Amino acid sequence: MSTIELDGVRKTYRSGSIEFEALCGIDIRIGSGEYVAVLGPSGSGKSTLMNVLGCLDVPTEGTYLLAGEDVSVMSEAQLAEVRNRRIGFVFQQFNLLAMLPAWRNVELPLVYAGLGRAERRERAHAALARVGLADRTENRPGELSGGQQQRVAVARALVTEPAIILADEPTGNLDSSSTADVLDLLDELHGAGRTIVLITHEHDVAARAGRRLVISDGRITSDERREVVR
Amino acid sequence: MSWLETFRAGVEAVRAHRLRSALTMLGIVIGISSVILTVGLGQGAQNQVKDQISALGSNLLIVSPGSSTDSSGLRGGFGSASTLTLQDAAAIGDDSVVPDAAAVAPTTSGSVSLTAGETNWTTSVAGTTTSWLGVRARELSSGRFFTDAEVEQTANVVVLGPDTASELFSFGSPVGQTVIVDGTELTVIGVLASTGSSSSGSSEDDVAVMPIGTAKLVTGASGSSVSTIYVEAASAETLGAAYQEVQALLLNLHGVAESDADFSIATQDSLVETANSTNRTLTVLLGGIAAISLLVGGIGVMNIMLVSVTERVREIGLRKALGATPRVIRRQFLVEASVLGLAGGVLGVGLGVLGAQVLPGLIDQPVAVSVVATLGAIGTALALGIGFGVYPASRAARLTPIDALRSE
Repeated sequence: MSTIELDGVRKTYRSGSIEFEALCGIDIRIGSGEYVAVLGPSGSGKSTLMNVLGCLDVPTEGTYLLAGEDVSVMSEAQLAEVRNRRIGFVFQQFNLLAMLPAWRNVELPLVYAGLGRAERRERAHAALARVGLADRTENRPGELSGGQQQRVAVARALVTEPAIILADEPTGNLDSSSTADVLDLLDELHGAGRTIVLITHEHDVAARAGRRLVISDGRITSDERREVVR
Repeated sequence: MSWLETFRAGVEAVRAHRLRSALTMLGIVIGISSVILTVGLGQGAQNQVKDQISALGSNLLIVSPGSSTDSSGLRGGFGSASTLTLQDAAAIGDDSVVPDAAAVAPTTSGSVSLTAGETNWTTSVAGTTTSWLGVRARELSSGRFFTDAEVEQTANVVVLGPDTASELFSFGSPVGQTVIVDGTELTVIGVLASTGSSSSGSSEDDVAVMPIGTAKLVTGASGSSVSTIYVEAASAETLGAAYQEVQALLLNLHGVAESDADFSIATQDSLVETANSTNRTLTVLLGGIAAISLLVGGIGVMNIMLVSVTERVREIGLRKALGATPRVIRRQFLVEASVLGLAGGVLGVGLGVLGAQVLPGLIDQPVAVSVVATLGAIGTALALGIGFGVYPASRAARLTPIDALRSE
């Protein structure tokens, strides 16, 4: 069974009388443990696909099964729960809360999952240790480098043990050495059996993934698997 | 996310923006403390009046001269006539006519200047009979009150109020000393105990009490008119009956109908009621102004919460992406607003209570802080926070996660 199954997914935006079709019939199956890069220029429908995959937006047409659940018919509150349990987000802008120390940022999804304080603390610290920041748990985002901040974000994405990790241009704001750091971390997580969907427009970033999907004008134009040389 | 969790996050958010939160709360703090102070001032004034009036005595009827109607039908103002006489008082004192009156004290009043040695002091004089002491529920701190015989003989004796005594005689006991009033030498035979009802401007402790004839002499009054007749009823139960009897008797004696009554009878309750109704109007007025400032404070909270929502769109988007439902977001902002309101309310109560301690020393007015008003004020502040937080909170909850995340 696939972790992600998209069937004939369309997404139409309407602004006044103008209709714009951002996704025109997407069929994708992504299996458990795959590392998939979604490539495409800006305006190709890449972000829309990411929003649909991340359950931040619902398709206008078609079905989307995430870990066997049909999320295309869910209410906003149900989608929030699915995001919380199934998806770990890594954003280009890190999106950490500046007023909270690293471990409090990491525990946030667990707060919404309704876990107790002690268990949240323990799991947040474990996740930070996993990304190599065991000694930075009390630092606020402002006291960390860009690469470190993105690793905190990865720890936050990991902490709920989600079905997929969805990384949207995770290296877009990083210098080359931090980029390598974060990509190495993703490789490592993939090695440990995680399903990762990486959205990017950089080919050398996409080169890390075992499967590359190219999207253009709202359609998948290429879907190739290949061996990755590490 | 549990309520405790949400509350903790709310406190955190308020603390994260210290200055902004403090400025927001300022409106509520000022509103609440002014409500507490105005209500306290009104309450304090009412208590003071009540104390003063109950210090007059107990089960008391106060008969005062009213307006009189002359032969041409012209009605004079209240107190324009000296319609009460010693004969009226004697008639009220007759047990067969007014059985429910326990004691009667006809009293004349005026203002005189007392001299003791080098010291001058102007005070009010009360010329009365021996029953005055009991009727007015006063006690002596030293010496004695004058006797029936002294009243008969218009003896040159005087009993001083405690304030008067200390003004005239700084050293030693005033009893046995002499004061000169308008050339007449009076012997001080006693000093009244203080009523202790209030510190401020009570004339009850600054008075010279003397036999009614003596008082008429020194104030230059003539005839048999009196300015007040104090009637003490036997008990609280018979106060109403005594009122009826005195009224019927005086109407009969003066030969007037009730609508033309040339006197008025007041009870302590009616005096308290009259005084309170004035106070109440003032309290309501001031309280209204304070309530408006509270409302403005509440709008301030809403304003800041709306700014907060706009400023934290990204945070809201992120929280939603991480699994916060619209309900949780709405709750978060509501709790933040209520924390602001509650903190403002508590601070406002603190400031109000502090003001209630300091203010009486500055304006010579008692301030009574009532527990009900305080709890009400905190409740109001909380309600303001919640009430004015609803709109910003629902706005935050309605944001879609993508739009929120994408905003810069």
